[in-house]
Amino acid sequence: MAEQILQDLQLFYPELALTATFLVAILADLIFRRTSVVVSGIVMIGFVVTAVLVLGQSDLHASIFSNMIAVDPFAHFFKLVIIISAILIVVFSLGSAELNSPNRKLGEYYALLAALTLGMMLMAGASNLLMMYLAIELSSISSYILSGYTKEAPDSSEASLKYVIYGALSSGLMLYGISIIYGLTGSLDIYTINQVLAEGDISGVALLIAGVLTLAGFGYKISAVPFHFWTPDVYEGAPITITAFLSVASKAGGFALMIRFFKVTFIDSSVVTLPEGAWATFEGFEWYHIIAAMSVLTMTLGNLVAIWQNNLKRLLAYSSIAHAGYMLMGVVVLNNQGLAAILIYFVVYLFMNLGAFYVVMLVANKTGSEDIEDYKGLGARAPFITVALAVFFISLTGLPPTAGFIGKLYLFAALLNSGWVWLAVVGALNSVISLYYYVRVFRNMYLRPADQPGPPLVFGKLQTAIVLVLLIPTILLGLYFTPLVQLAQASVKIFGTP
Amino acid sequence: MGVTILGIGVLTWITFLPVLGMVLVLLLPKERRDAIRWMALFFTGLQVVLAIIIFTKFDHGMAGINTEAGMQFVEKVPWIDVKSVAWFGRIHIEYLLGIDGLSVVMVLLTALISFVAVISSWTIDKAVKGYFALFLLLDTGMMGVFVALDFFLFYMFWEVVLLPMYFLIGVWGGPRREYAAIKFFLYTLFGSVLMLLAMIALYFSVTVYIDPAGVIHSVADATKMGMQGLEKIYTFNMMAMMDPGNYVPDSLLAGTNTSWRYIAYIALFVGFAIKVPLVPFHTWLPDAHVEAPTAISVILAGVLLKMGAYGMLRISFPMFPDAMIHYSWHLALLGVISMVYGALVAMAQTDFKKLIAYSSVSHMGVVVLGMASMNTPGMTGAVFQMFNHGIITAMLFLIVGVIYDRTHTRGLNEFGGLMNQMPKYAAVMTVAFFAALGLPGLSGFISEAFSLLGAFQTFRTLTIISVITIVLTAGYMLWVLQRVFLGSLPEKWKGLTDINGREMAMLAPLAAIVIFLGIYPSPVLDLMNSSMNFLAELLQHAGSATLMGLQ
Repeated sequence: MAEQILQDLQLFYPELALTATFLVAILADLIFRRTSVVVSGIVMIGFVVTAVLVLGQSDLHASIFSNMIAVDPFAHFFKLVIIISAILIVVFSLGSAELNSPNRKLGEYYALLAALTLGMMLMAGASNLLMMYLAIELSSISSYILSGYTKEAPDSSEASLKYVIYGALSSGLMLYGISIIYGLTGSLDIYTINQVLAEGDISGVALLIAGVLTLAGFGYKISAVPFHFWTPDVYEGAPITITAFLSVASKAGGFALMIRFFKVTFIDSSVVTLPEGAWATFEGFEWYHIIAAMSVLTMTLGNLVAIWQNNLKRLLAYSSIAHAGYMLMGVVVLNNQGLAAILIYFVVYLFMNLGAFYVVMLVANKTGSEDIEDYKGLGARAPFITVALAVFFISLTGLPPTAGFIGKLYLFAALLNSGWVWLAVVGALNSVISLYYYVRVFRNMYLRPADQPGPPLVFGKLQTAIVLVLLIPTILLGLYFTPLVQLAQASVKIFGTP
Repeated sequence: MGVTILGIGVLTWITFLPVLGMVLVLLLPKERRDAIRWMALFFTGLQVVLAIIIFTKFDHGMAGINTEAGMQFVEKVPWIDVKSVAWFGRIHIEYLLGIDGLSVVMVLLTALISFVAVISSWTIDKAVKGYFALFLLLDTGMMGVFVALDFFLFYMFWEVVLLPMYFLIGVWGGPRREYAAIKFFLYTLFGSVLMLLAMIALYFSVTVYIDPAGVIHSVADATKMGMQGLEKIYTFNMMAMMDPGNYVPDSLLAGTNTSWRYIAYIALFVGFAIKVPLVPFHTWLPDAHVEAPTAISVILAGVLLKMGAYGMLRISFPMFPDAMIHYSWHLALLGVISMVYGALVAMAQTDFKKLIAYSSVSHMGVVVLGMASMNTPGMTGAVFQMFNHGIITAMLFLIVGVIYDRTHTRGLNEFGGLMNQMPKYAAVMTVAFFAALGLPGLSGFISEAFSLLGAFQTFRTLTIISVITIVLTAGYMLWVLQRVFLGSLPEKWKGLTDINGREMAMLAPLAAIVIFLGIYPSPVLDLMNSSMNFLAELLQHAGSATLMGLQ
C-alpha cells in the first residue's frame, strides 16, 4: 500500500510542486513582509517548474491514489491550459496598477494564487466524487478571498460576499447530489459507480435528481445558466487579474470535471455498435437534453445581457458566460469530436480572452476606467493596443482569419456531423448577436471622438511584448491550426473509458 | 498552363499584392499622406497590370466550372493536413486558387474598380494611413473570393471583407455612418453564418480519395484506380462538392431533392441574397451607400454586390442543381420583385446617392432573373450584367461624388441648369445614365437584353412583367438628368467648376469601356462563353436526371 502510494506520488509531481510553492510562498511572506516581489518571484518559479513537470506527463494513462485522481491526456491538456494561464496571470498581476497600490501587501495574493491553481489542477484529474468536491472547494475558497482582495473597493467586498453565498449554495446542492449517488450506488469512485449503473437496477428518477444536483456544482464553476448569477458581480468587483483567471482557468477546471464525471459515469461501455468515437449512454439517462437546454440558455442569456453592459469587465463577464454556452454544445453531441472541439476552443479561448482582459487592464491602469464610454477616441491615443483589442474581439466573435473562428468551426462541425442542426443554428445566430456588443467597443474606440481629448497612452516594451504573446497565437492559429487540432485529438483520451 | 512571377502564381500575386501594399503603407509615417496615396495607387495599378496579363493569357476554350482540369492559372498547395485518428478522418485543406470564364470577368472588374476607387479616394483627408491600409485589405478579400476554389478559403476571404468595410463606412462615412456600418456588418454576418453551416454540412457529405502524393481523386476515379494506396477524406474542394458521385450515401446532403438539400440551399441562398442584395434582404444597402464615402460606394456597388451573385453561380448552381431547379421560379420572382421595387423606390428619391443605391437593387434584380433562367443567354447576360453594372454604377457613384465634393449636397431638387456650367460633367454623366437605362449602343443594353432574352424562354409571364422596369428606369434616370442639367441654374451654383483632370482620369476609362463594350461586347463575352454553355448544360443535365428520377 505504502509502496503503491510512493509510486503514485511520482505521477503527482506537478501538484506537489504547487503545494510546495504555496507553502514556501507563505513562509516567504512571513519573512519578507515588505517586499512582495520575493513572493511573486517564488510563485512564478513554482509555476514554471509545475509547467515543466506537467509537460513531462504528456502520454500517461494511469489512475493514482486508489482511483482518486486520473493522470491521462485529458487531464494533462487541462492542466496545461490552467498552468499557462496561471503564469500569464502572475505576469499580469505584476503590472496591475489596481493591485500594486502602495499600501497593499501582495504576498498572500500570490500564495493564494498558487492554492487556487492547485485546486484547479486537482479538478482536472479528480475521478472520485469526494476528490471532486474537495478540489472545487479548494479552488472556490481561494477565489473567494482573491476576488475580495482589493478590500477598500466596496464592490470588491460585495463581489466576494456574493461569491461565497452562491458558492456555498451550489456546493451544498452538489454535496446533496453526491450523497444521493452514494446512497444509490454505495460508492464515490466514478468507475465503480459506472459498473453499478451497468448492472441496471437503479431508480432512474433518483439518479436523474442526483445528477442534476451535482450539475449545480459544475454549472456554478463554469457559470452556466441558471447557476451564473454570481458571475457578473464577481467579475466586475474582483481585481481584473482574478477575473481573467476565473474566466479561463476556473472554467477549464469546471469543464474538465464535468466532462469526466458524465463521461465516465454514464457511458455504457457494453455498446459497441456505435460509430467510432461516439459514446453510448445508459438507457434512461438522457442528460444531454438537459445540457443542450443549458447550453442554449447560457449562450443566449450571456449574449443578450452583454448588449446592455457599459462596463467592459462586466461585458466580458457576460461574454464569457456566452462562451461557456458555446462550449457546452460540444458536450451535447456525445462523441470524441465534440470533446476535441471543446479542447480546441479552450486553447483559443485562453489566448483571446486573456488578451482582451489584459488590454482592458492596461487601459484601466492608465485611465482608471473600464467604462465603454471612456474608450471613445482611444484608437487615436493608443493605436497598437486598440488594434490588439479589436483582434481579440473579432476572435471572440468567431470571424476568420482568427483562432476564434477555428474554435467555432469545430464546434459547429461536431454538431452538424451528429445531426444537431438546430443547436448549431442557435449557436451561429448567437455569434451574430455577440458581434453587436463587441462592435460597440470598436465604435467607441475608432468611430467616436473623445469627449475631452487626452494625451497618447504610452506602454512599455514589456507590456507590448505580452500583448504580442497573446495576439500572435490568436491570429496564427486561425491561419494554421494543424498543431492545435493534433493536440486536441491526442487529448480526448479519458482514463477508464474506451 | 499558368503564369508565375518569381515562382509564385499570378493569382496569388493579384490577391495578395494589396496586403503587401498594406504592410508598406503601415510602415510609412502617417504624415506622408501623398506617399501613402501613391503607394496604394501603385499596388492597385500593379493589380490591373496582372489582370491584363490574365486577360491576354486566358484560354477561351476551357470551361472550368466543375472540373479542376478546366480551371486556369491553378495554384494548389496543401495548407492544413492533420493525420487521421480513429474517430475523425484526415483533415486536408488546400490552398487552391484558379479561375474559369465565370471568375475571370470578376477578377478583371475587381482590379479595375479598385484602381479607380483609389484615384477617387485622393480627396480623403482624415486618417489617410488607416484608410488606405483598410482599403487594401478589403481589396485582397474581394479578389480572394473570386479566385478561391476551396470552400474554406472562399469563406475566409468572404469574411475578411467585412471588417475593413465596417471601418471604412464607420470612420469615413456620412452623418449616420455608425448606424449604416453596424447594419451592414450584422446583415452580412447573419448571412455568412448560415453559409458557414451549409459549408460544414457539405464538408461532411462529400468524400474524395487522396493518394500518398497528396493528389485528390473523385470517388469515380478512385474506383477506376482500384483504390490502391488511397485514403478517404472529407473535403472542402468546390469541384468535388459539385460531383454527385462524391456524396456519401446516407449523409446529410446526399441524394437529390431531399429536404436537407433544400434547407442547405436556402441557407446558402440567404447568405448570397443579402450580399446581392435581393428584396427583402436589401435594407442595409441604401444606408450603407448613402453614408459611405464615394470610393467605398463605388467598391460596394462595383464589386461587393457581385460577390453574392457570383456565389450563387459558383456554389449554389453547380452544387445544388436540383434545389436550384426546384426554386428557380422563386428566384426569378425575387429578381423581378427587386427589379420593379428597386425602380419604383428609386423614382421616389430626392437624394442622389439613395437613388443610385435603389437603382443598384433594380439592376441586380436583372442579374438574378437572368441566371434563374438557367440557359446560356440568360446566364451569360447575368454575368455580363454583373460586369457592366459594376462599371456603370461605379461611374454613377463617382458622378455623385463629383457634385457632392463641390456642393456638399446630394438633394436632386437643389440643382438645375448645370449643363452649361459643367459641360464635360454633363457629357460623362449622360453616357453613364444612358448606359444605366439600357440604351442600345452602350454596354448595359446588351447584358440586359441577353438576360431578358434568356429569362423569356423560361419564365414568360415574369419576364413580361419585369419589362416594366425598363420604362421605369428610363423614367427616373431621365428625370434626374432633367433635374440636374436642364432648367435654370440656381444663383448659388454659379461658381461651380467643371470636372478636373483627376476626376476625368477615373471617369473617362470607364466611359470608354461602356461605349466600347456597347458596340463590341465580344472581348468579355468570349471569356465566359464556354463556361456559361457548360454550366447551362450541367443544369439541364441535372434537370433531366431529376425528371427521370421522378418518373
